[in-house]
Amino acid sequence: MIVRSRLFTGLIRTLRNIGHRFTSRIWRLGAGARLFGLTLVYSGESFRRFRLTIREVYFTGVMSLIIIMVSAFFVGMVLALQGYNTLQKYGSSEAIGVLVALALVRELGPVITALLFAGRAGTAITAEIGLMKATEQLSAMEMMAVSPIARVIAPRFWAGVIAMPILAALFSMVGILGGYLVAVPLIGVDSGAFWSQMQANVDWRLDIVNGAIKSVVFGVACTMIALFEGYDAPPTAEGVSRATTRTVVTSSLTVLMLDFVLTSFMITL
Amino acid sequence: MTQNIVEIDNLSFGYKGRMLHQGINMVFPRGKVVAIMGGSGSGKTTLLRLIGGQLKPSKGEVRVDGQVVHQQTRDGIYQLRRKMGMMFQHGALFTDLSVFENVAFPMREHTELPESMIHDLVLMKLQAVGLRGAHQLMPSELSGGMARRVALARAIALDPNIIMYDEPFAGLDPISMGVVCSLIRTLNDALGATSIIVSHDVKETFLIADYVYFVANGVVAAEGTPEDLSKSSLPFVHQFVHGDKDGPVPFHYAAGDYKQELLEFEA
Repeated sequence: MIVRSRLFTGLIRTLRNIGHRFTSRIWRLGAGARLFGLTLVYSGESFRRFRLTIREVYFTGVMSLIIIMVSAFFVGMVLALQGYNTLQKYGSSEAIGVLVALALVRELGPVITALLFAGRAGTAITAEIGLMKATEQLSAMEMMAVSPIARVIAPRFWAGVIAMPILAALFSMVGILGGYLVAVPLIGVDSGAFWSQMQANVDWRLDIVNGAIKSVVFGVACTMIALFEGYDAPPTAEGVSRATTRTVVTSSLTVLMLDFVLTSFMITL
Repeated sequence: MTQNIVEIDNLSFGYKGRMLHQGINMVFPRGKVVAIMGGSGSGKTTLLRLIGGQLKPSKGEVRVDGQVVHQQTRDGIYQLRRKMGMMFQHGALFTDLSVFENVAFPMREHTELPESMIHDLVLMKLQAVGLRGAHQLMPSELSGGMARRVALARAIALDPNIIMYDEPFAGLDPISMGVVCSLIRTLNDALGATSIIVSHDVKETFLIADYVYFVANGVVAAEGTPEDLSKSSLPFVHQFVHGDKDGPVPFHYAAGDYKQELLEFEA
């Protein structure tokens, strides 16, 4: 009888935990959507002080340049090596330029940039806002009749949205340069074939514009996740640390999921 | 114009099913320094947040300058807050801005003053708290007492009618404590403002307050002038004022039988 009762209590507790986790996720999703809505509402106020957004573009974009460019260089070189290895079996080694360019512009540029952005700038945004909350800076701002969403959240949001496509474009450019250095001077692929094949086969709308659209969407998602995690973080050291971890995990998964959804639409349409 | 700039009327507030305040009544007359005292977790800071409109009462109301705070729209609350200045427990200075920019922040946000005038006003505010020479420093370069004084300069940047202090003496050395203590009184009288101090430092608060409220168990347990309360025979006030280890506020957190708990573990 006692064993059955304990089993029953355990079952109830497990169900309650599952329910609690589910409802708390839904609640967080709603709170995130509300913050996103408020950010858009307060964007006008933040655009009036556009220097704040420019400053944040520097912190999120310019400060991420080194990690983005170094990564892009190596990704481009690896792509060229792997691509050449496969293409030469079919006698198409001149197509190496197209392969590198399409892989970077369509997929790797926006996706890897977003993943690196989440790890470098996203975590910095979450930690900064979480600490501002923990040290009552956001409360102080509210008590001074200044909206923290207009003054702190919106400029960072727009900075992320502006910086991401620029970083993705730079990623693709540096990656192509890395691919060129491996394919042409190192392996000996003809330079003219490398560039002309690329020029002939990379489409402005289907490849470049679609890649840019992806990076803008990733910019919105990554920046908003980082901002929400910081704004929602419990004001303790542990709370900020957990929020920072969640930023990387949630942003990475969201980017990969969105990439699949966007690619499906772009290929279908 | 009402005689009291802030009035708290039958206020109850709670969250997560726990009532923090139950039927609190307080008045804060213009030009006075009024202290709210009580133990840690008694809801003193929450009262400041209710006055500032950051929280909504469950029952009752808070009136600032005759206006019910929680009935205001966002713009209305922001208008009321422009009459208030608040000094937070650890200063809450913006860490990415210098001392000068921290004090200039409310002026830049709410006025269209020319840069030369902002410069002069900021230096005047910093001179008042004795930190004009530190205007170029960053918050990370300040001691706790200096950060509190910069926060005070920022709180009075727009010459508010009400200045709220959240634990202004906590964690300060005796010299800084004395400086902050005298600044609160001097600035209040110089600006003709009303000061609301939330603190549990009896000696310093009694030195400068005109009137004191003691909050315990969600209600106003005692009130009066510092002189009256010093002589009070109420057990809670006596324990608080004299720092007795045990009394109405017990030394031990509520727990089961000590002996039984020790024996249970051995079994």
